[in-house]
Amino acid sequence: MSDRSLDGRVPFGDIRQIWDRHRFSMNLVNPSNRRKYKVIVVGTGLAGGSAAATLAEQGYKVASFCIQDSPRRAHSIAAQGGINATKNYPNDGDSVWRLFYDTVKGGDFRSREANVYRLAQVSNNIIDQCAAQGVPFAREYGGTLSNRSFGGAQVSRTFYARGQTGQQLLLGAYSAMMKEVSKGHITVYTRRELVELVMIHGRARGIITRNIITGELEKYSADAVLLCTGGYGNTYFLSTNAMTSNGSAAWKAYKKGAYFANPCYTQIHPTCIPVHGENQSKLTLMSESLRNDGRVWVPKARNDRRLAIDIAEHERDYFLEEKYPAFGNLVPRDVASRNAKGVVDDQRGVGETGLSVFLDFRDTIKRDGKEAVGQKYGNLFEMYNRITDEDPYSRPMRIYPAVHYTMGGLWVDYNLMTSIPGLFALGECNFSDHGSNRLGASALMQGLADGYFIIPYTLGNYFAAEHPHEDIIDVEHEAFHEAMQSAKDRFSELLNIGGSRSVDTFHKALGQSMWEYVGMARNEAGLKKAIEEIVDLRTQFWKDLKVTGTDVGVNIELEKANRVADFLELGELMARDALERKESCGGHFREESQTEQHEAQRDDTNFSHVAAWEFKGVDAVPERHIEDLIFEHVRLTQRSYK
Amino acid sequence: MSERAKMTLKLKIWRQENARSKGRMTDYTLSGVSPDMSFLEMLDLLNEQLISQDKDPVSFDHDCREGICGMCSLVINGQAHGPEALTTTCQLHMRKFKSGDTLFIEPFRAKAFPVLKDLMVDRAAFDEIIAAGGFIDIATGSAPDANAIPVSKINADLAMDAAACIGCGACVASCKNASAMLFVSAKVAHLSHLPQGQVEADKRILSMVAKMDALGFGNCTNEAECQAVCPKGISISNIARLNRQYLRAALLSEESESMDCLEEGSH
Repeated sequence: MSDRSLDGRVPFGDIRQIWDRHRFSMNLVNPSNRRKYKVIVVGTGLAGGSAAATLAEQGYKVASFCIQDSPRRAHSIAAQGGINATKNYPNDGDSVWRLFYDTVKGGDFRSREANVYRLAQVSNNIIDQCAAQGVPFAREYGGTLSNRSFGGAQVSRTFYARGQTGQQLLLGAYSAMMKEVSKGHITVYTRRELVELVMIHGRARGIITRNIITGELEKYSADAVLLCTGGYGNTYFLSTNAMTSNGSAAWKAYKKGAYFANPCYTQIHPTCIPVHGENQSKLTLMSESLRNDGRVWVPKARNDRRLAIDIAEHERDYFLEEKYPAFGNLVPRDVASRNAKGVVDDQRGVGETGLSVFLDFRDTIKRDGKEAVGQKYGNLFEMYNRITDEDPYSRPMRIYPAVHYTMGGLWVDYNLMTSIPGLFALGECNFSDHGSNRLGASALMQGLADGYFIIPYTLGNYFAAEHPHEDIIDVEHEAFHEAMQSAKDRFSELLNIGGSRSVDTFHKALGQSMWEYVGMARNEAGLKKAIEEIVDLRTQFWKDLKVTGTDVGVNIELEKANRVADFLELGELMARDALERKESCGGHFREESQTEQHEAQRDDTNFSHVAAWEFKGVDAVPERHIEDLIFEHVRLTQRSYK
Repeated sequence: MSERAKMTLKLKIWRQENARSKGRMTDYTLSGVSPDMSFLEMLDLLNEQLISQDKDPVSFDHDCREGICGMCSLVINGQAHGPEALTTTCQLHMRKFKSGDTLFIEPFRAKAFPVLKDLMVDRAAFDEIIAAGGFIDIATGSAPDANAIPVSKINADLAMDAAACIGCGACVASCKNASAMLFVSAKVAHLSHLPQGQVEADKRILSMVAKMDALGFGNCTNEAECQAVCPKGISISNIARLNRQYLRAALLSEESESMDCLEEGSH
């Protein structure tokens, strides 16, 4: 049933020279001709902000769209830890090759080699660019940049700006954008949401947006459209994503013919603050650096609700240290998360809800003193205390995994172009370079690599080779009218269902099915059940949804309804993809495919490929295309952390 | 599930249909509020209740709900971001209030921040101020090696302190003059503490301040309310620094107009 012909269009040659040679072989647009091309960039996170700024610098006419009230607020801003690069300033053995290798291995051998190599190659340029923009990276006393080891990496290659690296990098990209706004090269449209992609003669030529303040639908045409709209973690309702983070832009593209790759690859981060109750709206991540010193444990006895202080040492199960003596509490994110779920499922979870495990600093405080621990983790302890009202100095923190990042996304070729000509996807929105598991401090690197250093070349090549602007169109073209009408119909349908349930009740129900069956551990029966439940929920949604208000002016319920309608389709595709991928890899754990020690078992013979899905209708089964992954430079191994 | 006492609150919330209409305070009673909820989750609960009664839910700005995006706002009982120091509204928890409390919830108010609906305001003026010069003009690809520009740790830390601003606008909302000086001075300080920011320093400061004035923000009269409410602890020492630098830049710019040879004469 699978078509194996999907081609990532990676140029041939030595992996170390592919990008360099490709840059030479690509067509260029003459600087004086660039102003003739219009580019739409949707999203202003690290990928969208850096792309908009750089393309504008090059002379293209850029229209930038964001859902928030300012481009400075995109959710890249919440990234805490840092950004990787192969500068090797600490002289500790890093190199382009090592970052490439670590990333391919960390992704459990499910990413495209040449893309990852290119990512490692441009990583250094990113640091140079950001430092020159005034990003206040941490410094040594001598004035040079400071590095740290992050996420279990054996070299110190992570650059950081306190615990707010994402914020500072985003403000850097935002300032570069505003510089181009001041020169008239970028027009920014805030509080807009993409509701339709417009295709003319088989190419992406524009978008329809909904103005969140006026409720009006608006038409914008261009010679290329860049989607930089992030991931779809909010399919689970609860995640560390921002409230407006959604999958709709990518989903509209999918429904117009862009393939959706590896939708089942989600990253569930182990160190999040647990759910407090049913009115919880989102989850908060704490830096995984906490696992450097905190010890993870639960009581040995089931349903033991005593306070930690009353549980004697011999009654405690330090389950990560027991099971993985070599890595202990520092096992990768997917392994730590799955094991936490294991003990909670065994009714040994802690806290009022029983849905958490302890992360205990008692021994570190005893060894290093309260002050030293405070210096290292003070801000995280404060954040934890603010949210939970518990003091981590005197009692263990409680943590539980939460959905954090989606490695899947729109399928793109080596040039970041989707299967729709003229439609590009950057950053978390594409299926990216992270395979089935993303390493810490790599998301910021990839977003900025795509925007600052890759798309400026590959987009020019598309323009120069394909001349889309010679097919002269404007927003009066009938394709715009049709897309507009289709968006109008959708919103009036949502408004006129006249049912009894609010949008959030549907979103929460979807989240429960996803978390239960398409979460940290998946199996055939569960995934089939998930598909059934989601299809049923979708039917209920279109029968019983209640949206108050009208389509004029601000209508927060209508906005949410539109996004949740898409999540109700996207969730099904995630389950379908998980069902078809019968192996375990990275963040995707199929219970049927595990080693004797209950670790993830890859099946390279049958699944060393990207699965890219083609839309065939909302209630039809999509077609699964395959891009084979060929590994010529790294040897495939089983990950082991024993 | 938590058996801790749920709270009942009296809410007085600013309701306004759109930018052109007149607003008013409206009373609600909300029960079932858990002390572990965030302030915005309390409003989510109110909205669920309003929707079940076929009423229009309260619109408010929010996004990351982790205190970093700067999208959330609100004046709670007269204080921007509410009673808790160094805390955005989204990170304020209901355990800071008691059952039976009356809460006044209003939008940020300033001439330059018009209300769009209910508690949502338009802060686009901040983007305009940044576009007036809150950047370093360096195109992608033209940067030298990052370690080629050493920055002392002290300056890097001071730059970071100022760069921590989240652009929420609480400083403006709490100032009796609706001045944006804390916001502007934070950006100016961030860039002027770094060698990279020196080249355009004078131009930046003059242009950003001129833009701030043109957009209808008021003057600073050293009330220090902005510093008190800032969820990120941005210090008013940045304003003093801005005033000094502004004076210097203004004098030099007058000189340069008469002499037109600033480049050679600068030191």
